[in-house]
Amino acid sequence: MPVERLEGVQTGRSGEQGEEEVKRGVLLSRLDKAVSWARKQSMWPVTFGLACCAIEMMATGAADYDLSRWGMELFRASPRQADLMIVAGRVSQKMAPVLRTVYDQMPEPKWVISMGVCASSGGMFTNYAIVQGVDTIVPVDIYVPGCPPKPEMLMYGILRLHEKVRTEGRVT
Amino acid sequence: MTAAQLAERVRARSSDVVVQRGEAMLVVERDELLEVLAWLRDDPELRLDFLSSVTATDRPGHEPRFWVVYELYSGEHRHRLRVKVGATEEAPRVPTVTGLFPTADWHERETYDFYGIVFDGHPNLRRILLPDDWEGFPLRKTEELGGVNTRYHGAFIPPVDRRTS
Amino acid sequence: MSDLGAHASAELTADSTAELRQETMVINMGPQHPSTHGVLRLLLELDGETVVSCEPIVGYLHTGIEKNVEYRTWQQGVAFVTRADYLSPFFNELAYCLAAEKLLGIEAPPRAQLLRVLFCEMNRIASHLVWLATSGMELGAISMMLYGFREREQILDIFEAATGLRMNHAYVRIGGVVMDLPEGSTGRVGDFLETMTGRIDEYERLLTKNPIWIQRNAGIGVLPAGDALAFGVTGPTLRASGVARDVRRDEPYAGYETFEFDVVTREGADCYARYAVRIEEMRQSLRIVEQCLERLREPGPVMVEDPKVRWPAVLEVGPDGIGNAPSYITHIMEESMEALIHHFKMVTEGISVPAGEVYVPVESPRGELGFYVVADGSNRPSKIKIRDPSFANLQAVPEMVRGGLVADTIAVIASVDPVMGGVDR
Repeated sequence: MPVERLEGVQTGRSGEQGEEEVKRGVLLSRLDKAVSWARKQSMWPVTFGLACCAIEMMATGAADYDLSRWGMELFRASPRQADLMIVAGRVSQKMAPVLRTVYDQMPEPKWVISMGVCASSGGMFTNYAIVQGVDTIVPVDIYVPGCPPKPEMLMYGILRLHEKVRTEGRVT
Repeated sequence: MTAAQLAERVRARSSDVVVQRGEAMLVVERDELLEVLAWLRDDPELRLDFLSSVTATDRPGHEPRFWVVYELYSGEHRHRLRVKVGATEEAPRVPTVTGLFPTADWHERETYDFYGIVFDGHPNLRRILLPDDWEGFPLRKTEELGGVNTRYHGAFIPPVDRRTS
Repeated sequence: MSDLGAHASAELTADSTAELRQETMVINMGPQHPSTHGVLRLLLELDGETVVSCEPIVGYLHTGIEKNVEYRTWQQGVAFVTRADYLSPFFNELAYCLAAEKLLGIEAPPRAQLLRVLFCEMNRIASHLVWLATSGMELGAISMMLYGFREREQILDIFEAATGLRMNHAYVRIGGVVMDLPEGSTGRVGDFLETMTGRIDEYERLLTKNPIWIQRNAGIGVLPAGDALAFGVTGPTLRASGVARDVRRDEPYAGYETFEFDVVTREGADCYARYAVRIEEMRQSLRIVEQCLERLREPGPVMVEDPKVRWPAVLEVGPDGIGNAPSYITHIMEESMEALIHHFKMVTEGISVPAGEVYVPVESPRGELGFYVVADGSNRPSKIKIRDPSFANLQAVPEMVRGGLVADTIAVIASVDPVMGGVDR
């Protein structure tokens, strides 16, 4: 996906480009780090709760397992205002185009967490009705297994994503 | 009324009544379906005026292949009755009961969606749960379960419908 | 440019504007929407802000559970059906197991029935809490979201201790329940009872006489009793229209005839009445839970003795979680070959159920949840059909929102409390 190259901001993932960036100087690499830190600091998820995992996602956002600690309690309804899509639940064949449309409507940079086994691989529903893994439709960054995953598991997945964003820089 | 008493009362009108597992079942022909359901709803001792569900069963190779099953309940007398109509493979058509029970609207659409049984006179017979352009009727026994074969390190795990255990 | 202007002013006569005003606008609400309780799509035809007609389009969560269960053994079916209506998993399991037990002609032991009732009623409270939380949030009472889920966590802790899972437990099995309550559970349930009564009063203080809540809910989405029955509506939505119908009272199962509780009805038939019914139902559920705790003092078996039906495992909480008790493992691995073979056959091949068909209704938090199960004598169900209450309740939604505002549509759907997992299965 073509991205406008902003001066000093790391937009590619290859080692070569990384080296090039290092050569550009300490000030610019600090800027990369600052941008990555800012990106992971308050990721806003788009509401894409589908089934049982959605209830656990809501529980993660609620008081006991507070997502607000990472600035993520604000689930944006509009994908235009979100940068993270947590696909929580089983994706049926009818829902698949909707999933792709919502993903396309999210602006860059964006990340996808596939929550639960149904989103990651179809789960126990190996049948005609369920998409056998959302990574056939959208690129996934973190897979969180479980049926449904406990809020702590989802939080661990989210924290791993934060680490990934913070250290790797730009992720498509 | 108990199932046995219910069966007795219904037998006066239609003879094909069975009681099994404590439940009464009535089998009717396609042509008399609406008449019988109206009688079941209006008869003061039966008052089966609540339709819980409409579904179908499929037994390929048997005659008739499909049975459309109606679950009726009476709020007044608190008893239940099951009514079954046969639908053949060549012409799986059954008259709609939405005139008598408006709730049958979505239930019949679902039965059409899953089994391909056409309900004559239904106001809006389209697919409801599967995508509009889906081909086939998945809950028929002749249709596959679908899903994915996995191959891993030379092993082959077939989809669920072809596993032997 | 000026030409365009002349054209434009020539077009805008009184007739053409009158024509424009007669058009209605068709707007799509969902399936990805923060307030539609899951993946429900509504096709709204609007005249300004007023809803002229509404068509719910479902199927965005269709999972093929009914077909999938035909390819599994009877016991494996429990794990599938529990995920249909995912906010009330115990009810799905209970109805399925009651249907299988009816086909087998067996009955679960009394303690198992008590445990089933206990967990079902706690599930009802948990489900109503989620309804209260999400409805409150959708109508603007955002703090309800946090309160509802806070209480729910207490219930889920008890579920986790007893079944190993917070949701979708597969705890109710054919012939009983899989494990007895662990140590200290009755104490925890007792503590929960104490706190919950006070909390329900807190919610009422926040909402019941709140003028904003009343304005958003009273008189909205009126569904007269006759219409409700014609649409096949059951549960709190029907009881709020004045019809006192409750499967626990009319066709008792799992020992409900021995419990004292009221069937809660209201006459308003609007969203506010449905809210009041559910709040009061939570209180009635607490009453039933209290009675359960009393009777659970006596020990007893939790699974039938019949070796052809009972789940062969003897589960125990060990250092690494819930698993087979070491004494049982010693028995099947070292002491008895027959026991090992029996265990193996029961787990892989499963039980075989004599041919027949049954329909078993239970009262789920949303209404009459019915399971139509057909057996053909083999070790797999020949067919199951889940009669979900939300499927029928949603048919009444177009009637309830007609003539109202778009914002009222949200209130109506929230008050009907559909769970799309049950609707689409």
